[in-house]
Amino acid sequence: MPTIHEKKFVSGDPSKCIGCCVCEYACSMEHENTYNPTKSRIRAIRLNSFVNLAVACRLCEDSPCVAACPRDALMQSEETGIILVDEDKCNGCGWCIEACDYGAIQLHPESKKVFVCDLCDGEPKCVEWCPEEALDFTTKDIISQKARISAVKKLFQDALKSEK
Amino acid sequence: MSYAKRILYVDLTTGKTEIKPLDEKLAKEYIGGIGLGMKLFLDHSKAGVDALSPENPLIFITGPLSGTMAPSAGNSYAVVSKSPLTDGINESKAHGFFGSELKRAGYDAIIFTGKSEKLVYVWIDDESVQLLDAEHLKGKSPAETDDTIREELGDFYIRVSAIGEAGEKLVRVACIINDEFRAIGRGGMGAVMGSKNLKAVAVRGTKDVNVADAEEFTEFVRTIHERMKGPATRKYRTLGTPENVLVLNALAALPTRNFSQATFEGAEKVSGEYLNERYVKKIIGCATCGMRCDHIAVVPEGEYKGSTSRIEFECLWAVGPLCAVDRLDAIIEAIRLCDYYGIDGISTGVIVAFAMDLYENGIITKKDTDGMDLSFGNHAALVETIKRIGTRTGWLGNVLAEGSMRAGKEIGRGAEKYANHIKGMELPGYDLRTLKTAALGFSVSYRGACHLRSGAYSPDVKGKVDRFKIEKGRGKLIMDGEDLYNVVDSLILCKFSRGVMYDGLKDMAKYYTLATGIEMTPEELIKAGERINNLARVINIREGKGTRKDDTLPWKIMNVPVPDEGIAKGAVVNQKEFDLGLDDYYSVRGWTKDGIPTPEKLKELGLKDLVSIVKKKISSMK
Repeated sequence: MPTIHEKKFVSGDPSKCIGCCVCEYACSMEHENTYNPTKSRIRAIRLNSFVNLAVACRLCEDSPCVAACPRDALMQSEETGIILVDEDKCNGCGWCIEACDYGAIQLHPESKKVFVCDLCDGEPKCVEWCPEEALDFTTKDIISQKARISAVKKLFQDALKSEK
Repeated sequence: MSYAKRILYVDLTTGKTEIKPLDEKLAKEYIGGIGLGMKLFLDHSKAGVDALSPENPLIFITGPLSGTMAPSAGNSYAVVSKSPLTDGINESKAHGFFGSELKRAGYDAIIFTGKSEKLVYVWIDDESVQLLDAEHLKGKSPAETDDTIREELGDFYIRVSAIGEAGEKLVRVACIINDEFRAIGRGGMGAVMGSKNLKAVAVRGTKDVNVADAEEFTEFVRTIHERMKGPATRKYRTLGTPENVLVLNALAALPTRNFSQATFEGAEKVSGEYLNERYVKKIIGCATCGMRCDHIAVVPEGEYKGSTSRIEFECLWAVGPLCAVDRLDAIIEAIRLCDYYGIDGISTGVIVAFAMDLYENGIITKKDTDGMDLSFGNHAALVETIKRIGTRTGWLGNVLAEGSMRAGKEIGRGAEKYANHIKGMELPGYDLRTLKTAALGFSVSYRGACHLRSGAYSPDVKGKVDRFKIEKGRGKLIMDGEDLYNVVDSLILCKFSRGVMYDGLKDMAKYYTLATGIEMTPEELIKAGERINNLARVINIREGKGTRKDDTLPWKIMNVPVPDEGIAKGAVVNQKEFDLGLDDYYSVRGWTKDGIPTPEKLKELGLKDLVSIVKKKISSMK
């Protein structure tokens, strides 16, 4: 079984995200065959012009949403880490929503059951569509690695310039 | 089908609301946006009603693509009403997030009539429509209003379109703003909203917006996204429209000191290059559009430290070169204040420049300005005058809040000659003495001086014509531009993205049909554009405007030759070439010498019901 190190999820880069919501439209079209951000599994937030970020499920280890469900309607796939919702068991009580720190699991406007990012069978449409390349389908290890590289680059920008 | 097929009627006097179906035949003939908006205006208004009276309907309308994933068109809406600035028909568009929300709530349009007794805002929550008290929002800026409403209704994703203090106080250049800095900018629509005691429209829409052919439509959107990364949008994504500062300055087409000079000695310091290097902190975009054009500038230091606003060329020019202000920090603050009070940055800058010109020429003095030195270039005076206009403070603030045409008449003593407007609307940032296709195009525009009604500056700036003269053929250029732009503004495609329609009308027709399922050919589409232009013209005629005597140019453009040394020295528009241009334009339009659409032309366009209006006018002029 893959460990959390290997599980890829949809990560948003706040330095690139502009809050345009293209991801929401792509998501609702892929899953619901309509354009409707309220049916999107990823939601963008614009706090102000400078602070924008799209948020989707982060595939937490020992997911609090799963633990919070009193009806055992949620389980986490060991293979991919996505949260699977048993719609027969879910009654929309919302304890999983309260348990999620990221607002990534939501109540569906029509089915009244919870719904959450399913990674589009390994090819997330939001990542494919994001016009700013602000979304990545990646692992936590790669994100930390990238952050280190960019921090070191910044620290040694003069040295890197003189090499050229 | 991406029309919601419903129109919401809100009577602000009685508080009654009603929903009526959208006539699909009208939808095809007038597309949506400004076209359908002006048709609805005609059908719901009486002739000769004052723009600020309760009887003047105020129409919020989406486009056929609003609410879909279409980049730049998915997020749009338009507002149509009679303008308190021009006393003629007005339309204005804005993008952002509000338009898509309105469509998702299930409405193609809202028609507001009457006047509320107290200041209210309308809260549209899908099917539920309520008028809520807005006394606590009085005097708040559009952005503050937006924040307060979302807070009190308890949903972050509610979208709000609101007026500021200027709209409440019936400043004739007041605008309506949504999503912090997206404006229904021109023609004083904010004053019409204020006259109805309507502070804001708040919307939550949770319904699906479906297109007729989802697969093909989504593929087409993908193509548009790809094209948006290419050369057609380069300018908007990089320096932004402020790139125009140096381009127009080099052409001696950058109006300076209230249209005295055509070049600005401080151009470098207010250029797009300088702005981006020192002030732009982030470039963001609207819903569904990844193009990114909103250049958000922040002043890093000095007396305007922290001032933040979204900068485009037109407003930058109006409060900058036109007022001879060469400091970007003051320009950013001036534009922030325009957004804060809710006034059109173009008109406001032109009005301040007009006042500065009057001051320099001794027509107004320190006695009139309460001691303020209104000399050109005084940035503190610019900022102070904007505050006075936005809040109607003092004699000066009140007279200028009427717009430059009315202010010129009111002040007298020759002040009218310094007012740079057409039909009452202040000129945008193109020197019409050195861009003469633009001169003719702006003069015949149905909403007054406007660069976006035909884009007539484009052949001049791009060197496709001899820009220093008006000759036969310009009429056709302008007509084609107008008809096309009527289509663009009825689909409500953002004009920054017009270049990505590589196949022009063919692409637009395809877009329309894939979304609505209604067959549309490029020929039908451009015919709709022509129909819309004639409709607008006839509405103006009904209002006692819209004939040759209204298609004018400002006094300076025809009487003060360009003084700057160089290519443009001595340039001015003379009556003879202007008359030739008008004749040429009316002739290709199929209008009379007086600029009135003929009954035959109207019948050809399916506008038979407007024939009586033009017949009456034609016979009255004999």
